[in-house]
Amino acid sequence: MSDTSSVSRPERGRGIGTLAELRSIVTLPVELGMRLFDPPMRWVQRMIGARRMAYVFLLPNFVFFGLFVFLPIGINIVFSVTGGTALFPSQRPYVGSDQFAYLFDCGSYLDPATCREDHFWRAVANTVKFVVLQVTAMVLLSLVTALVLNMRIRGRGFFRAVYFFPVLLSPVVVALIWKWILQRDGLLNAAITTLGGQKIIFFVDPSWAMFWAVFVSVWAHMGFYTLILLAGLQAIPADLYEAAEMDATPRWRVLTHITLPLLWPNMIVVIVLALIKGAQTFDEVFVLTGGGPGTATLMVVQYIYETGFSSQVQNFGLAAAASVVLGIVLFVLTLLQFAAARRKEI
Amino acid sequence: MRLASLLGQRRNGPGRPLHWTDIAAYAYLALGVVLMFGPVLWLVLSSFKTQSALLEFPPSLLPFAQVEVTVPGQPQKLPLFRTNLPDGSVRELAQVRRIGLVAQMVDPADPAKQFRVAIDKREPVRRVAFATENYSEPLQRFAFLRFLFNSVFVTVVATLITLLINSMAAYALAVYAFPGKQTATLAVIGTLMIPMTIILVPVYLVVTELGLANSLWAVILPGAATPTGVFLLRQYMLTLPKDLIEAARMDKASEWQIYWRIVMPLTLPALAVLAIFSIMWRWNEFLWPLAVLTKTEVYTLQIALNAFQGELQTQWHYLLAMTVVTLAPVALVFVFLQRFITTGIGSTGMK
Repeated sequence: MSDTSSVSRPERGRGIGTLAELRSIVTLPVELGMRLFDPPMRWVQRMIGARRMAYVFLLPNFVFFGLFVFLPIGINIVFSVTGGTALFPSQRPYVGSDQFAYLFDCGSYLDPATCREDHFWRAVANTVKFVVLQVTAMVLLSLVTALVLNMRIRGRGFFRAVYFFPVLLSPVVVALIWKWILQRDGLLNAAITTLGGQKIIFFVDPSWAMFWAVFVSVWAHMGFYTLILLAGLQAIPADLYEAAEMDATPRWRVLTHITLPLLWPNMIVVIVLALIKGAQTFDEVFVLTGGGPGTATLMVVQYIYETGFSSQVQNFGLAAAASVVLGIVLFVLTLLQFAAARRKEI
Repeated sequence: MRLASLLGQRRNGPGRPLHWTDIAAYAYLALGVVLMFGPVLWLVLSSFKTQSALLEFPPSLLPFAQVEVTVPGQPQKLPLFRTNLPDGSVRELAQVRRIGLVAQMVDPADPAKQFRVAIDKREPVRRVAFATENYSEPLQRFAFLRFLFNSVFVTVVATLITLLINSMAAYALAVYAFPGKQTATLAVIGTLMIPMTIILVPVYLVVTELGLANSLWAVILPGAATPTGVFLLRQYMLTLPKDLIEAARMDKASEWQIYWRIVMPLTLPALAVLAIFSIMWRWNEFLWPLAVLTKTEVYTLQIALNAFQGELQTQWHYLLAMTVVTLAPVALVFVFLQRFITTGIGSTGMK
């Protein structure tokens, strides 16, 4: 942990051979670059004093935050209250709350067909349905998996890795893996016909498409939540279990009276995190189903992307208004997350 | 047999009988291995099948290809068939040509002998063979190397920038007391709440105004300053002994020198975790590049793969091979750094 680069302490590198040489090849440019900054930084420090160097260190990161987060939030709001097709805000006519009024113009919010922007409401309905199914399945499966992995099991590291590795795969790869299995002449249909069933063309059936969207996204992400819950389980003091064992408490009572209550704060964190991620679902589902059949698996983020970027008429205003709505939902969920995290600390 | 001995030597000693929950647990884990590993294994196996083998239904488990033989007097290699001859014998014959429902066959051992066989009387002789051309051909047919380069460039440059500016900000927040520190910390937390998904359009505007549209920098720069990175590094730097920094100041080291000569080397473990995260984020990034990159020559692997899956519906053999190539670096990172990643996530609760 405390070893510095082999360049700044060259005596360590000698004698070790190629590995150290390799390291110096990597660290040398870094070393040179950093050294180049030294004279100007020294000059700045003399001008403003050592204490105020903090601002210099903060500056680059905050330039990026400013340009790509804070400024865009402002522009987003401007976009959402202006119309037209121009990209530059000053060329866009002010339309007040028209974009929102258009988005929210519905006969009944429960029936997307009665809305003027029915795509948006279909996307909202799909996302809600998706999130409810996905979060429920994900939390339950992660919980079961974490409980199993927390048992006295041989090869625990291996099994943990098995459940975890899809988390690292890219959404495109995940979607293509499953698309290949689920296609008309794919592995699953081969299994079905071997068992005497009929081939199912999954992605032309709205219910199947939604099912597989949920399934694939749970498959890809459950390892992450399992890991958080496993960390929570391992933080439960062992003497509680020892005491229960002395009293010959049945296993299920240990589970319901010790494990689950003590795990509950972690569960809340996992649920809220899964809600936040779920509401922003886009990648896997987009590559897997393309939002189809029809609009059966169209999600809110896909609606925003298509409205702003890939439709014939790029409607930046409407896309921005929809992102403001999504942003408010996420904001509320994030506040919940902070509240949950705080409760966990107490 | 092996499973039984495995179960017998559980950690809580050999004497205890197996509880039914133990058996259920192993069954669950075995199912998990099949469900989690199976699909990826199937992808890799399939990617080595020839185009015609991929169209077979039901599919074979391993990649098979028909055996081809060179027959003296024939210009091309000929496919080999196991043939039922009219006299009842079965022989392996090479097919010279096929006319309607009749195939003209030849015995590879005795090329002078020719047979005419009905096509339903013969079966291809097949052997396990890996169709490596699925991997080599896309290199020539598509700008595959270009996409690979783009992805590597974006991942490496973005990670370096992230490590530099995040560690600088973390250093400021961890080491100094200055007016506005609270505000700066809150601002970092604030950005945590603003995912890319909700500022897609305005970031696009900013990038366009900066003249970066359709360049790799449009992908690299917007996500370079990560709030998670700042927090991760700050938490780690807070644990470093303050005396070290004071001592360096006594020795007339400049603040910049303290940052990169003392604090950075000590923060290496946290930097490594952030580097791994950043590499994963960048290599797998999809929505933003999809929105901002419209020219093929700046596509990253992920975007190219998505574009191909629309165009190449009938050319799964290329698509599967490209998917494996896209997956491979992540798989390698995982195999070598699994412990690093899982403890990183376990301790930070982020990915």
